[in-house]
Amino acid sequence: MPTAMEIYKLLPKTNCGECKFPTCLAFAMQLANQKVSLEACPSVSDEAKAQLEESGAPPIRSVTIGSGELAVKMGDETQLFRHDKTFYNPTVLGLIADDSAGLEAMRTRVDDAHSAAFERVGQILRVDSVALRHSSGSEEDYLEAVKAAAGKELPIVLMCEDAALAAKAADACADKKPLLYRATGANFDAMAELAKGRSLPLVVGGVAGLDELVELSERAKKAGLSDVLLEPPIDSSGKMLENMTVIRRAAIKSKFRPLGFPTIAVLGSSTADKMNASLGVMKYASAIMMEEMPRDFVYPLLALRQNIYTDPQVPIQVKPGLYPVGEPTESSPVMFTTNFSLTYFTVRADIEKSKVPAWLLVVDTEGQSVMTAFAAGKMTPESVAKAVDDFKVKEKSNRNEIIIPGMVSRMSGKLNELTDLKVTVGPRESSGLPKMMKSLA
Amino acid sequence: MGFEVPKEKFGGRIKEVAIGATKEYGGTRRAKLVAGGSNGLPFHLFEGESGPMPLVAMDVVDTMRMVPERLQETMGPSLADPAGWAKKCEAEWGADMCVLKLASANPEEEDRPAEELEALVSKVLQTTALPLAVYGCGFEEKDAKVMEKVSNVAKGERLFLGLAEEKAYKSLAAASMANGHGIVAFSNLDINLAKQMNILLLDFGMKPENILMDPLMAPLGMGLEYSYSNIERLRLGALSGDPVLQMPMICDCSCAWTVPEALEENPEHGDVKMRGIYWETITALSAAVAGAGIVVMRHPESVKMLRDTLKSLAGGE
Ligand code: B12
Ligand code: SF4
Repeated sequence: MPTAMEIYKLLPKTNCGECKFPTCLAFAMQLANQKVSLEACPSVSDEAKAQLEESGAPPIRSVTIGSGELAVKMGDETQLFRHDKTFYNPTVLGLIADDSAGLEAMRTRVDDAHSAAFERVGQILRVDSVALRHSSGSEEDYLEAVKAAAGKELPIVLMCEDAALAAKAADACADKKPLLYRATGANFDAMAELAKGRSLPLVVGGVAGLDELVELSERAKKAGLSDVLLEPPIDSSGKMLENMTVIRRAAIKSKFRPLGFPTIAVLGSSTADKMNASLGVMKYASAIMMEEMPRDFVYPLLALRQNIYTDPQVPIQVKPGLYPVGEPTESSPVMFTTNFSLTYFTVRADIEKSKVPAWLLVVDTEGQSVMTAFAAGKMTPESVAKAVDDFKVKEKSNRNEIIIPGMVSRMSGKLNELTDLKVTVGPRESSGLPKMMKSLA
Repeated sequence: MGFEVPKEKFGGRIKEVAIGATKEYGGTRRAKLVAGGSNGLPFHLFEGESGPMPLVAMDVVDTMRMVPERLQETMGPSLADPAGWAKKCEAEWGADMCVLKLASANPEEEDRPAEELEALVSKVLQTTALPLAVYGCGFEEKDAKVMEKVSNVAKGERLFLGLAEEKAYKSLAAASMANGHGIVAFSNLDINLAKQMNILLLDFGMKPENILMDPLMAPLGMGLEYSYSNIERLRLGALSGDPVLQMPMICDCSCAWTVPEALEENPEHGDVKMRGIYWETITALSAAVAGAGIVVMRHPESVKMLRDTLKSLAGGE
């Protein structure tokens, strides 16, 4: 957002009062604080309006690909370090299906991408897109594969530098709002025209350095494109880190518009590529396309993405309450844990492994783990006793017993005093629960 | 056009800390390692000194109680013998240094007597020439006894003794100062606590060049985000000129092997062996990218993977 002074300079400075403020300056101050909208001034010039809109735009443009529930948004970031606020839009991950492998293999790839979805601490983590790449295969096969992908849910990246074929491909998946990859120095005008004509986002890249990337970005602007992705060179991990960092800084700190777009990196299948994908998730890549995403790698990569894109001020939490696990009855065991998602889902999974139905009481710890909450005084015998009351544990279960996490055995006496429940100390790690519960049943 | 690369210049600098003493300095280690020593963000070669590469340490644990069975399988039988394990780190797995964890001192578990642990450290010093850090079991009274002996038996070797904690650092600091060793200052994911810990040690009489900081590395999927940001903040704090934060950080990434998701058989999540290796490598990579001067790892294949990436980050292929 521009400052009040910057805005003031662009206003008519007549102090006419139409905006219901006594002076233009007063209005500018309210506008800078986003309390009013520019519309309220009838006399502002179109030119000033355009200028204000541009300087008020976010430092990194937001670009969406795909349609429907699985559409993904990139860019719109405002920070260099996540501790300053948060990173908003998780790196989009895509699996590449290359037509050199033939149509059948491409179809399998498209399916693989769709099935790479996992539930982790209550969130669904998935590979978010599928990239169809035209290299040495036939055009017919390529278009067939695009059609196959168009019939499915994931957003599509069309990796095809031949604008004529890319146009056909784009038409084959028109309602999916695909991302076009890419306009280079060699095919710029044709690709830009395609993107403009069909209102599709376009990657600019294939460059040797950032200067060249800036040039392409400026050409894209001249061509009337606003949904652009930048592909910087990534010859080594070091170069990748440097270029991604410079782009992010130029956009956020210097408000350098030509670099104020989301970024993309296309990677291969080697171990080095896997490490670069991890690096990209940490260091500012908005999208990463990869040739191989074996599950043993993509699962930890998705966990990394989930970690890095968690809001540092708000841990992922579940709602406090009394949860049934399996189909518990009045005589099923009761135990408690915290409302930190990681803790809750870990414990829940371990109870499920025991196959013994149970009641799991989730105590509000403001999203902190057992030891953290205990050390910070956010999980006390009092707060647990209150949860026992609030969530009517004694109405649901007549065992008169509560199993507590092994790490907080110290609260046993006091908790017993406060609740009249028999307190049984469970294992320190919930992985020990199945063994314990089998002996209960 | 006129695009100018936005560069940051910092006034501060991460201190250089030497680990291990060669013959020349009165020890028997094969190298005197240097951690730290840079005036920029990690791997930001376009605007600051690169400094030395992050060191890659490997840990050796003296009881199988603390080593998941899966690792015992994939890393081989040598793990049962700590000296043999350390030798592998040196000769086959390419570690820069070793972190020997005397977990068996734990009075609630094996409760191994201090004399035996002294003998163990001495044996490890004879079997390998790697620079060494030695950690106690976290029970203050016992560690005080053990570390005094360790300090004496390793006189001149410039070990790093750990972990110094806010409420338990005096005996460790004394043991470390007695024979010219260094110390590892532990703090819990909090920049102020990290600072406080260093101040306590400095007030006690330790020299800044003898201190490494362990800001607690939480593994991937288990709080990594807290550590990642905490390390970044510590590094930025140091670079912006706070002398009490300029000690290099040592981040123990072997914690990845405590995460069930890294260890459990689950075909949906792919091959368990490779998954564990990626789990540890990604944990270590984030520590290095955030600002660690030393990463501690366990699996030889993770070490290799990380090393290749560090080379590439430092401007190689
Ligand atoms: C990430 C983390 C944080 C994060 C918070 C994360 C969160 N949302 O909770 C932050 C950075 C905020 C933090 C802060 C602090 N932390 Co902290 N933190 C950790 C860390 C690294 C991981 C915790 C975690 O997520 N564990 C994973 C979850 C799943 O574990 P869990 O909840 O304990 O659940 C397990 C068991 O308890 C059990 N279980 C759970 N429920 C149940 C139920 C039943 C019935 C049973 C049988 C078992 C069971 O099974 C689960 C799986 O094994 C640990 C160290 C570590 N490596 O464990 C320290 C740790 C918990 N923190 C600690 C401390 C001291 C603190 C602080 C007080 C220090 C400070 N900096 O001021 C603060 C307090 C916060 C405050 N002032 O508000 C200490 C606790 C020491 C102690 N023994 O009391 C630890 C152990 C670190 C250490 N070694 O010193 N911390
Ligand atoms: S309406 Fe426009 S010109 Fe009139 S006082 Fe308000 S800002 Fe100034």
